Amino acid sequence: MAHLPLDMPVEVWERLQEHFPGALRPAEPPESGEGEGYPQAKPHRMTHAVSRSLLMSRPRYEGVLVHSRHLLPVLQFLRDELGYVYLSNLTAVDYPEPLEQFPPHIDVVYHLFRLEGGGYVALHVHTTRDGAILPSITPEFPAANLQEREVWDMFGVRFEGHPDLRRLLMWEGFDGFPMRKDWREAYYEQEHKPYRSRFPDGGNPLYAEERTPSHANIRQSRQGLLDNSPPMDDEFGEADRLLYERMLTADQDPDKPLKTEEMILNMGPHHPSTHGVFRMAVRLDGETVRHLEPVFGYLHRNHEKIGERNTWLQNIPYTDRLDYLNGMTNSLAYCLAMEKLLGWPIPERAEYIRIIMSEFSRVVNHMLAAGFFSNELGLYFTGSLYALEERELILDLFEAVSGGRMMFNYMRPGGVAADLPDGWLDQAKRLVHERLPKKVKEMQSFLLDNEILQARSMGVGALSRADAIACGVSGPVLRACGVPYDVRRAEPYGIYERFEFDVVTRQAGDVFARVALRFDEIWQSLKILGQALDQVPAGDIQSHRLSPRMRIPPGETYGRIEAPKGELGFYLVSDGGANPYRYHIRATSLLNLTPLSQLTRGGKIADIVATLGSIDLTMGEVDR
Amino acid sequence: MYGWGIIKTLWMTLYHFAMTYVEDVRSWLLRGKEGTSEGDSIPGVARGERTHGVFTVRYPSERRELPERYRNFPFFVIDAETEQLRCTACGICAQICPVQCIWIERAKEPETGRPRRYPVSYYLDTSQCMTCGFCAEFCPFDAIKMDKDFELASYSRPGFVSAKDLAKPEAYHAAIHPTAYAEEAAKKK
Repeated sequence: MAHLPLDMPVEVWERLQEHFPGALRPAEPPESGEGEGYPQAKPHRMTHAVSRSLLMSRPRYEGVLVHSRHLLPVLQFLRDELGYVYLSNLTAVDYPEPLEQFPPHIDVVYHLFRLEGGGYVALHVHTTRDGAILPSITPEFPAANLQEREVWDMFGVRFEGHPDLRRLLMWEGFDGFPMRKDWREAYYEQEHKPYRSRFPDGGNPLYAEERTPSHANIRQSRQGLLDNSPPMDDEFGEADRLLYERMLTADQDPDKPLKTEEMILNMGPHHPSTHGVFRMAVRLDGETVRHLEPVFGYLHRNHEKIGERNTWLQNIPYTDRLDYLNGMTNSLAYCLAMEKLLGWPIPERAEYIRIIMSEFSRVVNHMLAAGFFSNELGLYFTGSLYALEERELILDLFEAVSGGRMMFNYMRPGGVAADLPDGWLDQAKRLVHERLPKKVKEMQSFLLDNEILQARSMGVGALSRADAIACGVSGPVLRACGVPYDVRRAEPYGIYERFEFDVVTRQAGDVFARVALRFDEIWQSLKILGQALDQVPAGDIQSHRLSPRMRIPPGETYGRIEAPKGELGFYLVSDGGANPYRYHIRATSLLNLTPLSQLTRGGKIADIVATLGSIDLTMGEVDR
Repeated sequence: MYGWGIIKTLWMTLYHFAMTYVEDVRSWLLRGKEGTSEGDSIPGVARGERTHGVFTVRYPSERRELPERYRNFPFFVIDAETEQLRCTACGICAQICPVQCIWIERAKEPETGRPRRYPVSYYLDTSQCMTCGFCAEFCPFDAIKMDKDFELASYSRPGFVSAKDLAKPEAYHAAIHPTAYAEEAAKKK
């Protein structure tokens, strides 16, 4: 077939065709006249209540469509023969209406990257909506572990062969799969914002709680709060039963010399080391960790469902609330993904402003991560408060330009929201050239030269290079294992090619390496900031006039950036409307937790806290 | 030497502690004077690029200066000339609001039912507002602006606030947003 799938290198497509003749086809329908047997249908929009969805052929549908039978061989071939070792993103899209020649289905998407850099290969696998089932790739690709659990939780796709297929964010026994298009939340008003009741007739404003009989947004199976009866005890018991079964069976050593009794301890959800509400169930043999199982979802608000109700622009302030320490980079990632679909140019000045903001954000994040790491080790607040002082000064800069100290709402597709105020650049330069180098050096010596801290962190929680890649960790956690992979260099976005900086790595892969690497990265960020602040050109900051109900041409894309915590990706599907059809976030903090159990196994209980702190997570992003 | 790192750490903490008092004395000597040089902290408030001690601003007796773009809840501008709300009930703020906390009822001519360019009612649910500033950014008539008043704690939920309660005169807008106001005035001419 002459037709080449979108966004896929020719040689990859040819090698795949050679090895899997007839098993694959481009996911995008070919141009008219080219393909045999494809229906020649025009894009058509339906005005149905459930899904005002894309019907028929959709342009810019990326990658290849694989039959589920061939999924694992194709993935293994891509990994072993073609070098696509890094499974970055795995998610699903629900199509409750027939799409092109396909009946209603759930489309599971896989995005793979090469460590040498470059773009992705996207694989699509279809499964039916009723009794959705696919082979699990977790035994071969540990990176898929949490993501397959999330797809099971949100879409109800059962992955056969997954070692531990429990719900990730919702509780066991929850009725329905929230990301399916026909699932409606308790406050349901309308499929898409803006809601009609608001204008022009004003409607009847009501408190949200007054709209539901239970006055709370809880929906339970069979018998629940909606009919004002108390929840059944054993339903909550069910959630714990599956967890504890897993706790008791996983990583059992039948040859344990002394038959000592093991105990299960729950750390969290409220535990000062977890940076939020996060629970770790730990099976202990004395003080030694035998198995650890993270429990998520305490901060879950279904950000993605909210995102699909919102219009494209309304999502920008919501992204600030994901990883609330790095609002700037979150919304940058979202805007870059939108711009990939829109094809808008960015004015030069806006490009520079974006880089300056994201590098300042990296400095803030790494200072805080290192500072709070000292907190984790029992240094109490000294280290973190020193880090917060520098953060204050950088937040002053952010506040002057965007109006918020944490919730910036500053990036826009096509540029940024506002120009730099007078004197901003001078203030930033003074900070970057005079104050920060001194303070970062002080902080670095404060933490890394301290022998107590070294003794607590060196050799603890080590991750090997191969495991790091297989588990799909990203950012400083990956680079501390000796993998020089940085999206700013591997697949440059914005104008990062113009700046001189190094991708720093450390070889040990332990807790100390991860903390020390953050300081190395701060130095690189300051280097970039020094260059960028000197070169900012004059000019526009926005290439287009934005309209509230902006539409995006149909298509799908996966846009990613090197956020301070690692690779942050946005998988967007547009049906040409004013709202995203699918809005998925590859949450860095969540996926960096994939190897947590492995990292802590065999260590002492006090090292769990150190390991968790060195991974650097924000619960707002983990649970979304 | 093993342990040298710990001694250095202790020294750094001591330095930080001592600088707090040194800076207190310095700011006491500088009291009443305007910011002496660029990059200096706000007079009397130990928190700036030159601060090496504790950063604490002793709110409420001390306050830091808020930048012009600082934003809290929106307010409605009463035009200085017409002494009416500038709002024309175009509904753009209600469309862009990410949490949909704005309700507008557009006025209609009683006989013909044709829409008029002012609102009959305008409500904003301040308990939902996320202070993102989209309404002010997208308002084509400069009728809605972001306020700087952040001391809003109360014993009851304010809930729905009508535009009349949130209305403030144009002079207030000019006072808290001098640069932006000058730009708007230049654009109008």
